[in-house]
Amino acid sequence: MPKMMINGQEVEVEAGITVLQACEQVGIEIPRFCYHERLSIAGNCRMCLVEMERSPKPVASCAMPVAEGMVIHTNTPMVEKARKGVMEFLLINHPLDCPICDQGGECDLQDQAMTYGFDRSRFAENKRAVEDKELGPLVKTIMTRCIHCTRCIRFAEEIAGVSVLGATGRGEHMEIDTYVEQTVNTEVSGNLVDLCPVGALTSKPYAFTARSWELRKTESIDVLDAVGSAIRVDSRDREVMRVLPRLNEDVNEEWINDKTRHACDGLRRQRLDQPYIRRKGKLEPASWNEAFAAIAAKLKGLSGERIAAIAGDLADCESMLALKDLMAGLGSPHLDCRQNGAAVDPGQPASYRFNTTIAGIEAADACLLIGTNPRWEAALVNTRLRKRHRMGGFQVAAIGPAIDLTYPVENLGDSPKVLEALVAGRHPFAEALKKASQPMLILGEGALAREDGPAILGLAHKLAEATGMVGEKWNGFNVLALAASRVGGLDLGFAPAKGGRDVSAILEGAGKGEIEAVYLLGADEIDMGRLGKAFVIYQGHHGDAGANRADVILPGATYTEKSATYVNLEGRVQRTNLAVFPPGDAREDWAILRALSAVLDKQLPYDSLTQLRERLAGANPVFATEDVVEGAPWGKFGGSGAVKDAPFVYPIANFYMTDPISRVSPTMAACTEAFVLPARGKTGTDG
Amino acid sequence: MSGPSKKAPAGPESFAFSAENQARIEALVAKYPEGRQASAVLPLLDLAQRECGGWLPRAAMDHVAELLSMAPIRVYEVATFYTMFNLRPVGAHFVQVCTTTPCWLCGSNEVVRAVRETLGIGPGETTEDGKFTVTEVECLGACVNAPMIQINDDYYEDLDFDRTKKLLEALQRGETPTPGSQTGRRYGAPQSGPKTLLATASGKGKA
Amino acid sequence: MLRDEDRIFTNLYGQEDSGLAGARKRGDWQNTKTLLEMGRDGIIQAIKDSGLRGRGGAGFGAGLKWSFMPKEVGAKPHYLVVNADESEPGTCKDRDIMRNDPHKLLEGCLIAGFAMAAHACYIYIRGEFIREAERLQAAIDEAYEAGLIGKNACKSGWDFDIYLHRGAGAYICGEETGLLESLEGKKGQPRLKPPFPANAGLYGCPTTVNNVETIAVAPEILRRGPEWFAGIGRENNTGTKLFCISGHVNEPCLVEEAMGISLRDLIETHAGGVRGGWDNLLAVIPGGSSVPVLPKSICDTVLMDFDSLKEVKSGLGTAAVIVMDKSTDIVKAIARLAKFYMHESCGQCTPCREGTGWMWRVMERLVKGEAQINEIDMLEEVTYEVEGHTICALGDAAAWPIQGLIRHFRPELERRIHERQVGGDTEAA
Repeated sequence: MPKMMINGQEVEVEAGITVLQACEQVGIEIPRFCYHERLSIAGNCRMCLVEMERSPKPVASCAMPVAEGMVIHTNTPMVEKARKGVMEFLLINHPLDCPICDQGGECDLQDQAMTYGFDRSRFAENKRAVEDKELGPLVKTIMTRCIHCTRCIRFAEEIAGVSVLGATGRGEHMEIDTYVEQTVNTEVSGNLVDLCPVGALTSKPYAFTARSWELRKTESIDVLDAVGSAIRVDSRDREVMRVLPRLNEDVNEEWINDKTRHACDGLRRQRLDQPYIRRKGKLEPASWNEAFAAIAAKLKGLSGERIAAIAGDLADCESMLALKDLMAGLGSPHLDCRQNGAAVDPGQPASYRFNTTIAGIEAADACLLIGTNPRWEAALVNTRLRKRHRMGGFQVAAIGPAIDLTYPVENLGDSPKVLEALVAGRHPFAEALKKASQPMLILGEGALAREDGPAILGLAHKLAEATGMVGEKWNGFNVLALAASRVGGLDLGFAPAKGGRDVSAILEGAGKGEIEAVYLLGADEIDMGRLGKAFVIYQGHHGDAGANRADVILPGATYTEKSATYVNLEGRVQRTNLAVFPPGDAREDWAILRALSAVLDKQLPYDSLTQLRERLAGANPVFATEDVVEGAPWGKFGGSGAVKDAPFVYPIANFYMTDPISRVSPTMAACTEAFVLPARGKTGTDG
Repeated sequence: MSGPSKKAPAGPESFAFSAENQARIEALVAKYPEGRQASAVLPLLDLAQRECGGWLPRAAMDHVAELLSMAPIRVYEVATFYTMFNLRPVGAHFVQVCTTTPCWLCGSNEVVRAVRETLGIGPGETTEDGKFTVTEVECLGACVNAPMIQINDDYYEDLDFDRTKKLLEALQRGETPTPGSQTGRRYGAPQSGPKTLLATASGKGKA
Repeated sequence: MLRDEDRIFTNLYGQEDSGLAGARKRGDWQNTKTLLEMGRDGIIQAIKDSGLRGRGGAGFGAGLKWSFMPKEVGAKPHYLVVNADESEPGTCKDRDIMRNDPHKLLEGCLIAGFAMAAHACYIYIRGEFIREAERLQAAIDEAYEAGLIGKNACKSGWDFDIYLHRGAGAYICGEETGLLESLEGKKGQPRLKPPFPANAGLYGCPTTVNNVETIAVAPEILRRGPEWFAGIGRENNTGTKLFCISGHVNEPCLVEEAMGISLRDLIETHAGGVRGGWDNLLAVIPGGSSVPVLPKSICDTVLMDFDSLKEVKSGLGTAAVIVMDKSTDIVKAIARLAKFYMHESCGQCTPCREGTGWMWRVMERLVKGEAQINEIDMLEEVTYEVEGHTICALGDAAAWPIQGLIRHFRPELERRIHERQVGGDTEAA
């Protein structure tokens, strides 16, 4: 631990850190533009210059490693002069268009110019103008504002793993550029906008819609995949204006994917804002009382054996528990939260969780992907896998169609038979897994949602045990859940009770007339055509497939409109917060179920969210925790039959449209057009 | 969604090195340690430029990127950084006039004037017949023989208005003028002959 | 005047065969094996004792620099890289070493490479030197053929490869870390230091980068003994040096002279004097475009070595002497250099990218007097905002010529502004 002096104060700091970090540790803020703690060091903006004794020139603190006996000053005339000089240079060619710049109010350059800028310009020459670049539907460029910090280039290269951005030309003609017109084809491009310290890269969908200081900021959790990224929902009046990432080192670090960020314009389209009842084949607006009465008319007196419930991908834990309790009250054992029929074992949390944890990936040294495209199924898990790859010494192989995951992957073939070979030790990669000290596997839900799913789960279980993936301190067995509701639903037991039917059996029963009423809690991803003549109650927020099929519609709230509990793919309990109120007559989901239960004479025993959450914690102690992951016990799970030779098929055909919200988002439609459709034209690409 | 930028002309759809150059490339790449093949990007771009008649179409850059396992953007960065790479077509005679201070002191303005007068074009232009392209460049490192110009691979030194005109006219006629000093000077020796190295055996050489 | 027998570059003007046979006749490759038998430490000590300072511009002690290389070779190989990216305006000395005395350089590479435990050497030659590269490559081929380099070089038991690498047009690649970036196949953007090349240079391996002339004089120093070299010139400024004399002299030329020769002597003895006589002298840039210009009053007496020129706030640089007589538009001469630096800035760091363009634009206005008097001070301030704040020394190099101009020729700048203001109407019409 080297000792050094900073502004006359002796400090002992960790070896290997930089002077900038050391200064931060003692509470001295160093201005910077190019430095970003998650990117490689560029040292090019020169804003962080500090004085170092025995160096005739000021040094870039972001790039200078600390050393024993170092003497640093950050408040001397030399430093002051250097910073003012750099600020002046940054501003001479920067346009004075702050009033029309979307970065205004949250701009590093604007903020630091307040401290280090002059009150007038001495630059009497013409300012430089730079041609804007076309980077696709998400990132708007106003390149004249660029200060050449190269954060965007480094992010694309290092984090996103797409080498398309560069700095072409040189001197004052240097430009951030793709050189040839092309979109930045990555699922995490929105982060470029956050990283840009000025208004050169701004959000295209958000352009000119709001000023940062008008927005109400609500901390929340994303539910459009199972990662549970920490987000901040920025709203004005009753409208969500944008979604930004929040820091959660264990989950999303400080990134979010483009669907998390940009699907929010789908929140205000095709909303169900009042109850509906189907009369003579047509859905007609109704009051809550009428809708409840219609449901009661159907369910009262109907045997529980003939009623079923399916929870959709965005369902929150409170409403799933309420529905589960209601179904119990009605005497129905038929409930499931696995719309895709993934053959995980509801009784064995280790069989449906990402046991290694997302941050834990960084400690793995070999990884096998089975029937999963993490880039589309959990973009930030993929980002973490890439991060691990960049640390070196990480061998990754995949069973499934070959795709570009932004890091090297050895493709072992696309048939489940390869998995059999691995388990039997007949495949060289089995050796690699055995040799690794902390090997892991990631099993996609796509691999489990097939007829031979139970057998595949069984094989993966065997492989994990045979290759030493599961031990005292390490669990390398992972299932990559696809939906935000999945792990929470299974944790609270939203699965077939004794003698109950799973999704597939519910649909089969409905088709045969054995199931007469089906309650869809935001379930839109099942084949509605298989529901036969069943009476369908759809509770949800968007006019998607479920609402289309429904006999009664109960309008619910989206994740931005309620305080609700979700469990991410690791088993991490997190909560969303209400940012805006649900539109029209739409209501918080648990409250709808609570009200309905009274009409059905099966009144649920909780009157408030607090009481409901107490009941949740009673159902499973995991719900008493928040933002932690406790390892699930290892056990026996999975089937034993033979697997088929049919190749794995990745379950997501279009990353940008996976749920009722993103399907109606104009921005996600534009992304589909820009990124997904062109790739489908070619062979061998994603999707 | 990709297409050529408006900055550079598109050029041919595809590019591949000649058999002769492919052999050279192997030798070039072999100069560098294994896995460091990107080191050969400058020589390969140079070869590609020569094969394309003095400029680098995008297809050639993409091909070099592929050969060296580099992302195309890294090659574009390089190609736009170094001045010897031309990103649009140039004439058969690529005339580069040095105008940096040492040449300027010795009359590079006169050289530029002679170029204008003889070829009818100024820096940045190409003659209508496509034979000559003229450009102004920074110091080419032949300052004791200033002013000078580089035409393709050769330096022509100790120029003035008349000597420049004569040189260009010879090229126009299809002749091959002798490179080097146009006043018959020996390398960097004084015009009147060496004043040093006279006592050594070498000093006895012809001046 | 330096005696011919003390000159190292005896084929500087290409009077003789530059090939191996000619080189051998001039004494190159004579007893190389014996020189190598001095051992790593012996060679480095001799170079230190000779007082040889780097000939590329910065003048850092060559022996000391070699000694920074790790003593033991670890997992990473050591590299010698020769900087032949000669691009400093006014400078054309390495060019003539490479085409007329290439074997001096190659022998030097072997000796220096051996001294730093390198088995491989890259010579980075500027891309425009196409013919020079051909000559040098021919010499490399000859040397391989004769067993002087390659496996068991000179039968010394030391394997040593020399590779020629051509640049492609970028002054900044003369900066040692910009050169290494370029050699790795990237843009020539200088690296942040630390780490220094001796720890992490080419491909992250221990590397020493030296100028052509520095390496090429090494064999002769070892052969004649360090005391011979140290006996020429002044203390701390020893040896012989190639001077490029360009601009307004009667006979511009390249010449090897003793360090510490007076500027006037150098010009009058070798370059036929200033055009129109010494009294017609206006100013001299004594060490290539990067060093501040000196007015005649200083030129009258100044000596040509590192310390003497530093004392008068200029520098020896590459010893490229650019002479300007009284007909010179000195403001324009410096403005043209400002344009050069703007053109050659790599664009990576803020003060240089933005400052070089700003300085040039103000300089262009000053040429015509289109400025306010206070803009002279402002320009000077801007040069100090650039200087010392950049990743590499190009920022300093861009600032110094302008500082020199303002220091010595402020009245000329003011005169133009005043004239412009007074005669503004007439001139405009």
